[in-house]
Amino acid sequence: MKVILRQPRREIQVDGVTTVAQLLKKLDLVAESVLVIRGDELLTTDARLSDDDVVELRPVISGGATV
Amino acid sequence: MKCRVCRGKAVIEVRRHNAAFCRDHFVEHVQRQVARTIHDFRMFSPTERLVLGVSGGKDSLALWDVLTDLGYRVDGVYLDLGIDGYSPDSLTYSRRFAEKRGLDLEVVDLKHRYGFSIPEAAKASRRTPCSACGLSKRYILNQVAEEGGYDVLVMGHNLDDEAATLFGNVLQWNVGYLARQRPVLPASDDGLCRKVKPLVRVAERETAAYAVLRGIEYEVEECPMAAGNTINRYKEWLNRLEDRSPGLKAQFLFGFWERGQQGFTDAESVELTTCTTCGAPTTGEVCAFCRLQAVTLVEVGRRREAAGG
Ligand code: SF4
Ligand SMILES: [Zn+2]
Ligand SMILES: [Zn+2]
Repeated sequence: MKVILRQPRREIQVDGVTTVAQLLKKLDLVAESVLVIRGDELLTTDARLSDDDVVELRPVISGGATV
Repeated sequence: MKCRVCRGKAVIEVRRHNAAFCRDHFVEHVQRQVARTIHDFRMFSPTERLVLGVSGGKDSLALWDVLTDLGYRVDGVYLDLGIDGYSPDSLTYSRRFAEKRGLDLEVVDLKHRYGFSIPEAAKASRRTPCSACGLSKRYILNQVAEEGGYDVLVMGHNLDDEAATLFGNVLQWNVGYLARQRPVLPASDDGLCRKVKPLVRVAERETAAYAVLRGIEYEVEECPMAAGNTINRYKEWLNRLEDRSPGLKAQFLFGFWERGQQGFTDAESVELTTCTTCGAPTTGEVCAFCRLQAVTLVEVGRRREAAGG
């Protein structure tokens, strides 16, 4: 499937995973640090994925200084 | 996964609450957390004049949305920091949000009003960009709030911002900061506006999800000056711990406020005086902002001369 990463925006191809949890594990990401977005829906870790999906992994960490 | 409330299809899991929610019930959940925080910490009342620091990122825009929905009238102030490839976009997101909802947004241009941008200040002062930026934002937002006659300055700091800051302050044993880090900083007679953080019970992932689920467009790309920022690294570490023990971040932060902070507060009593340059409260003679501005303006002037001006 096509996976869109951000900061900066780029695309990678990931195959052979069937759930969001597997995808995160494969890329060494924790669910707490990203949103998984397909089209206009947010996916939970148990959501099923197929090879022709396009999925965005959007980091949630931002900011810098505490004001 | 199913929504804890309606058993419909869940779109987000909140493991520390042992729950998952559908879109509508998640929105309701977040709004309720914020309402509860405002109430429990006695942040403000509906009759007070509120101004929100708006950055164009997920947190400030999500908070603006929540507060408006809860019935508060909140104005926004956006600081144009002069960071290429970042400031213009984040201003666009902020403007668009305000226009769509008929909210007031004041834009303060740092370069125009104070004579320097954040990249210039970072270079001239040899502070890290985020340190120069943080201290400038603190100073300017307070000034804007005071000038505008606002009662309360509202900030979009979330649970992760606060937990990571606490973590950093513990690692360095910054006892002064440990005494002062709070969800509500009271107003002071010498010119500090009350400052509140209504998102402290909402994790960063939840404010991002809230923004997406409410159709709020925000700046997803990171500020180019944030690279290597320690707070962001702490957030990632804390998330890896949270992944193994859901609830850890909230426990760390709220446990500190409930049981840990008092000892630091007792030990720390700082005498505030007024800055001899601008009159703002400070612990030294000239406040940190005026010092930053002075070194930056000298440097900016020197470079202009060198360039043949
Ligand atoms: S990342 Fe740092 S420099 Fe950029 S806006 Fe945030 S605090 Fe300022
Ligand atoms: Zn529901
Ligand atoms: Zn000053």
